[in-house]
Amino acid sequence: MKLVLSNITKEFNRRPIFRDISLELDGADSLVITGKNGAGKSTLVKIISGVLSPTRGTVEYRDEQAVLTPDEVRGKIGLVSPYLQLYDEFSAMENLLYLSRIRANSMPIEEESERLLRQFSLWEKRHDYVRTFSSGMKQRLKFVFALLHRPHVLLLDEPTSNLDSEGIKVVQQVVEQQKRHGILIVATNVESEAVWCNKRLHLGGV
Amino acid sequence: MSALVSSSLRGTYALLLKDAQSELRTRYAVNALMMFVITAAVIVQLAIRDEQPSASVLSGLFWVVIFFAAMSGLSRTFVSEEERGTSMTLQLVASSSVVYFGKLCFNIVLTLVMNAAITVLYTVIFPGFTVQTTSTFLLTVFLGSLGLASASTILAAIIAKANTKGTLYPVLAFPILIPLLMTTMRATTRALEGEPFGDAGGEYQVLVSYFMVITAGSYLLFDYVWKD
Repeated sequence: MKLVLSNITKEFNRRPIFRDISLELDGADSLVITGKNGAGKSTLVKIISGVLSPTRGTVEYRDEQAVLTPDEVRGKIGLVSPYLQLYDEFSAMENLLYLSRIRANSMPIEEESERLLRQFSLWEKRHDYVRTFSSGMKQRLKFVFALLHRPHVLLLDEPTSNLDSEGIKVVQQVVEQQKRHGILIVATNVESEAVWCNKRLHLGGV
Repeated sequence: MSALVSSSLRGTYALLLKDAQSELRTRYAVNALMMFVITAAVIVQLAIRDEQPSASVLSGLFWVVIFFAAMSGLSRTFVSEEERGTSMTLQLVASSSVVYFGKLCFNIVLTLVMNAAITVLYTVIFPGFTVQTTSTFLLTVFLGSLGLASASTILAAIIAKANTKGTLYPVLAFPILIPLLMTTMRATTRALEGEPFGDAGGEYQVLVSYFMVITAGSYLLFDYVWKD
């Protein structure tokens, strides 16, 4: 699978955030996006994930030269972001079940959700409402949600924010697994996270 | 193709269940709806007292309460997602059509429940609110609920992205809902006056057409509204 960004430009109220970003990533690539606050790291991650449209340019996911449809792409992307929220009124398990059903995922999630919840030390808390979770536990649950459908492209925006040292170690394991499994994109300013990736894109502002 | 339709239907149903479960736990919309319905009906009753308003006045008062109750509650489907920051989560897991039809189905269920409650309340507190042609009344309330839910859903999606959510909703909704409200009030008047079922045929056609046109237009527009 290949990710191709062609001349991506994003403007808010005609103010450019970044201009003409082009790059290609295939299954063996991992990319870190760096840049000062406001440079557009999170915006670019949202555009790549498909939840935000670029002002100009295209994002294409190609599978053996065929361009995937948005519905096909949705099933292949996992995103962890500070802008992503889960439902406070549901338990961790209910969140995973409802969102998986809305995704109309044909793959049974019971085994995979148990494995991931245990990996992120949330198994004992799986029936607790998310509103009772600390910010670190919510961040761990976002990882479980992002990884549940085994995404080919994993997008991590500030992946270790709110996590303790144990959580950071689990994220490092996930990163290593993803680098073997598919494309990894990390948006961060933390140098210890930037070294996870073999390519770097620095957004310097416009 | 059939697999895509099947997965969309499953996704839509799952979203409807998620919203229903969420509503049962948070009461985001139901509390606002019920408080408005009860206070509005009581105020109308206090204003009318022993007077015997005509059928057209009663049907007007009936749909006024429904309109403003819908304005206070139906926008919550999208506004709550936006306020809680869960819109992005939905965008990640579902296509625009799944989100639109899931929210539309939820608003239809909510509107039908609300209108049933308003009908019971009116029947109890207004002795003059006596439905003579039940079939006309039920079909009018059903079709009116569909149209109201359809228009409210796309408007809720639009105003959820705006800064002035509270005031913008009724302002945008009023001109769009005028044809629906005029038709439902006319048909309700016929039901209260005891006109035969077939006499309101024109109104039924308008209500069905309204629902189909608004739903089709909303479906085409929704992708632009939903994505930033």
